[in-house]
Amino acid sequence: MRLPNRPDQRVGPSLRAILAVSALLAGLLPAQVHAEFGLNLHAPATGLAQNIYDLHTLILWICCAIFVVVFVPMFFALIRHRKSKGHPAAKFHDNLAVEVVWTIIPVLILLGMAWPATSLVLSMKDTGKEDLTIKVTGHQWKWEYEYLGDDIRFMSNSSTPKEQIDGAQPKGENYLLEVDRPLVVPAGKKIRLVMTASDVIHAWWIPAFGVKQDAVPGFIRDTWFRADTPGTYRGQCAELCGVGHGFMPVVVEVVPEARFTAWKEEQKALLAAATANAGKTYELAELKALGEKVYTANCAACHQANGAGIPGAFPALSGSAIVSGDRAGHIDIVLAGKPGTTMAAFGKQLSDLDLAAVITYERNSWDNKVGDVVQPSDIAARRK
Amino acid sequence: MQAHTDHDVYYVPPPSIWPLVGSVALLTLAGGFSMLLGKMAAGPYVMALGAGILLVMLFGWFGAVIRESLDGKYSSQVDVSFRWGMVWFIFSELLFFAGFFGALFYARNIALPMLADSQLLWPGFSATWPSAGPGANAVPTPVDAWGIPALNTLILLSSGATVTWAHWGLQKDRQFQLKLGLALTVALGIVFIALQIHEYAEAAFTIRDGIYGATFYMLTGFHGFHVMLGTLMLAVILLRALAGHFTPGRHFAFEAVAWYWHFVDVIWLLLFIFVYWL
Amino acid sequence: MNTATDVADHHEHEHGAPSGIMRWLTSTNHKDIGTLYLWFSLFMFFFAGALAMLIRAELFQPGLQLFQPGVFNQLTTMHGLIMIFGAIMPSLVGFANWQIPLMIGASDMAFPRLNNWSFWLLPAAGVLLIATFFVPGGALAGGWTMYPPLFMQGGIAYDMSILAVHILGISSIMGAINIITTILNMRAPGMTMMKMPLFVWTWLITAFLLVAVMPVLACAITMLLTDRNFGTHFFDAAAGGDAVMFQHIFWFFGHPEVYIMILPAFGIVSTIIPAFARKPLFGYVSMVYAVASIAFLSFIVWAHHMFTTGMPVGGQLFFMYTTMLIAIPTGVKVFNWVATLWRGSITFETPMLFAIAFVFLFAIGGFSGMVLALVPVDIQLQDTYYVVAHFHYVLFSGSAMAIMGGVYYWLPKWTGHMYDERLGKVHFWLTAVAFNITFFPMHFLGLAGMPRRIPDYALQFAEFNMISSLGGFLLGASQLLFLYIVIKCARGGLPAGNRPWDGADTLEWTQTSPPPYHSFVTPPLVK
Repeated sequence: MRLPNRPDQRVGPSLRAILAVSALLAGLLPAQVHAEFGLNLHAPATGLAQNIYDLHTLILWICCAIFVVVFVPMFFALIRHRKSKGHPAAKFHDNLAVEVVWTIIPVLILLGMAWPATSLVLSMKDTGKEDLTIKVTGHQWKWEYEYLGDDIRFMSNSSTPKEQIDGAQPKGENYLLEVDRPLVVPAGKKIRLVMTASDVIHAWWIPAFGVKQDAVPGFIRDTWFRADTPGTYRGQCAELCGVGHGFMPVVVEVVPEARFTAWKEEQKALLAAATANAGKTYELAELKALGEKVYTANCAACHQANGAGIPGAFPALSGSAIVSGDRAGHIDIVLAGKPGTTMAAFGKQLSDLDLAAVITYERNSWDNKVGDVVQPSDIAARRK
Repeated sequence: MQAHTDHDVYYVPPPSIWPLVGSVALLTLAGGFSMLLGKMAAGPYVMALGAGILLVMLFGWFGAVIRESLDGKYSSQVDVSFRWGMVWFIFSELLFFAGFFGALFYARNIALPMLADSQLLWPGFSATWPSAGPGANAVPTPVDAWGIPALNTLILLSSGATVTWAHWGLQKDRQFQLKLGLALTVALGIVFIALQIHEYAEAAFTIRDGIYGATFYMLTGFHGFHVMLGTLMLAVILLRALAGHFTPGRHFAFEAVAWYWHFVDVIWLLLFIFVYWL
Repeated sequence: MNTATDVADHHEHEHGAPSGIMRWLTSTNHKDIGTLYLWFSLFMFFFAGALAMLIRAELFQPGLQLFQPGVFNQLTTMHGLIMIFGAIMPSLVGFANWQIPLMIGASDMAFPRLNNWSFWLLPAAGVLLIATFFVPGGALAGGWTMYPPLFMQGGIAYDMSILAVHILGISSIMGAINIITTILNMRAPGMTMMKMPLFVWTWLITAFLLVAVMPVLACAITMLLTDRNFGTHFFDAAAGGDAVMFQHIFWFFGHPEVYIMILPAFGIVSTIIPAFARKPLFGYVSMVYAVASIAFLSFIVWAHHMFTTGMPVGGQLFFMYTTMLIAIPTGVKVFNWVATLWRGSITFETPMLFAIAFVFLFAIGGFSGMVLALVPVDIQLQDTYYVVAHFHYVLFSGSAMAIMGGVYYWLPKWTGHMYDERLGKVHFWLTAVAFNITFFPMHFLGLAGMPRRIPDYALQFAEFNMISSLGGFLLGASQLLFLYIVIKCARGGLPAGNRPWDGADTLEWTQTSPPPYHSFVTPPLVK
């Protein structure tokens, strides 16, 4: 559980400091209260997460008990066996019996811990008998979801506006934990995720599910979850993956099965509509408007919203020779990326329309005044 | 106060400029290498400067050590220190190679089978060795273990024998046997390097050919580099033998280099088995 | 202990301390080189600490205030890299240089010139590392762990950092060989292995770990260098490589590295506690075995840093069990320290305060390590602030606070002056309190789901981050007091006498404070 979110960030710093101190004091209150102050793991939404939660609680209490057993004598000695109280120093420095006992007891405690942990590891690794398999691909800095067997595939981008990050707008309730298109899964079904990445290592993580799995480029790793309660569950990329690492949320919507079936149909209809529009010719303004959105979602993290890049790290697009030069060269670098750099091969990630839009936008924004319009068919022609 | 007859005073050298020169050399080398990698034109020159300083340092430092040794400043306790030092240095070198061998085993036994399991990404790929990975068009053709590599094994093993023969000569103060043995060892080392260069030139694959090319050239390359160093060190020892520096009782430098040479030999045997043969 | 003191009569040893800068540049004296190590590490501690202050400033509240994410990643990466390789490790080597010859009755280190080179390579590497902040693209930003393929995307700074780490590695290996040889070959007559002070034992084992794993790190980063520049494909799946392979090799180095940073700290604490409890260390033999077991286990636990990479279930279980086993020798050590305190005649000078805080706070870090050892719980907590809390409890309240305690303990011996006890206690309490304000809340942040290495965070994490930042600023500021106390002590103060701590019984206290430039020229006889 978490603190109540406050959409209004205009609370004064002094009030926030008071809140901060009271939250610290809350750490001294009993465990039931902890849960309300974001002091423990998320409320579990899957059986596995529940088991992890319980295992963690068990271990925590065992650790606390050992802590007391070890440090009560230490503080007793620190208080009573002081020179200032005239305590004379004893001379003993060995006791085999005691040393054997305090080696054996931890072994037994460890065995007690290892037992439940082992059975839980085995069930977490049991990805068989799944109801639905979804391929998850990590890209810098978005997630791609592909429903294997169904022809559904889409990107999931962060939808927190840049203005909120820069403090120009109040931060929303789900600041940094919101996406344009969440992963949608049916409730009560065993979902197997097969995970990979296109560029660097990412990690897909939903705390409430007890699932965190690295997405390793070129390899398939799998994991699973079964969430019974419909709702929206939020997490983040957990493996450092570059400048956008903190802005790569994972959002899963668990919906009743009937709703899921309907959602699948909607997706297929959307896809069909897009295919029908394949040969369509667009106006400059139309493409620029769409292109700006694509640019914000895919390009602005490195090349910046104003196209100026970050000197030394990410080249500027404004005034760039490639962007304002020959259109084939521009299309090629967007399609194929630049190996050995952060520049990804967007040909595999974006549709012809999105690519045409973003290239048109880049060629006609900031200092670039090329004036030409790149159509989806131009993109299709340059794909190998 | 008691007399410690078996503990001569341990020789603590006076202040020395050479360590500092060595640090400047490595900083210059690293700086120049960085410039080279950053495609700056001055890079190679700065590197050459660094290498030059390093060379001056090596001559200066080892020169001082040799002088001190000849002056009889090193007690038997100092000699033991040198032995421990060399043992642990060779141990660290062993672990350096262990890392690359680890990479080879991991690639063959873990990474490639896992890639073959990732059929969703690499349809039809199966784990074989040699392999340049699922993205490559062809499988690299390996070097035949029973050609040059087998010959090189023979050469290195013989060189291990000649250096031991030289050592026997030294122990019995037969200076000619010492010098001849060392000269033969150096010659065998040079032949080995020449054959290795020939093998590289003839090889049907390069360091760019996937995991096979990478592990092959890194392992054999670093080994070859160590053979070169070893040969150079042997040559220096040969020169010192010609100058009559060694006596049956005092010749740690000879032994250190001989240990090093045997270490290079052992690494080669592992290379022959795991890189060329299996 | 009965010692026969030395007389510097041999002509080879008549060269005293040279004057001026050359004394430091060309030194072959273990004390001077130890001092150089300690000052260097203090400088790096403040440099990397300043980076930490910038990190906490950015994280003071949600949103991007001070730094772009790319710069933030440079700050976290370089903070970690410099603290580990520039601050903690060199300071421990500084202790080794000063103390080992004095504690075993040796005249100097076994290889005095090599010793000087080991030190002077550090500033060379430091220059390269700090220079990376000023090259195009900025410094290393892929985390101190340098995981590929992210590492492949960096600029020239990444290559420079590899070369810097290579130089640091050469320095560490030569330093470690020197220490092992000194301990094995330079002990005074009568000082058998099992009579050595525990600090010397911990360093012997640490030096072994260094010689064993620094070359493995060299191997891993060499592969990064060739993958980046020379066309190899060790970490590229399409060519048959594997990015996770790097993590295996790196952590084969990395986990022993963790113990390299803590074992000498154990040694310092095991020296301080008996001195101020006025009672011999409890269970000396089991302490030695515990350190050796920890070192052995450190070679077979590495993949617990990688439980979320998706290794086979057998691997997860194996590394979980071996990791849990480490709790046993570590527990033995904590029990022994408590038993040493038991029925002692305890006083609370500054070194003792740091040592007790070490035992207490390091135990917290140990417990969170226990929690993280369990694969299922680790999968929730991997790469969260819980891990950040864990390793700061073992590295700051563990290593760094033990180092500070050691500095207070031996400063009188090193300088000949007593430090300001009142200020020392103020420094201790400020550090201990500020440390806990900074890092204890991070446990909650991690449990609640805040990933590490992010420049901006969701709103439910705001309160604890603010507390943490406030604590961090206090912690940083308190260390300026440490600097002041050390400088003040070096410049003057009450004379320390040979043995200012009445419970201290190791050989260095038989020497004057500060010890003569060449001590133990003739070895003492230990009975």
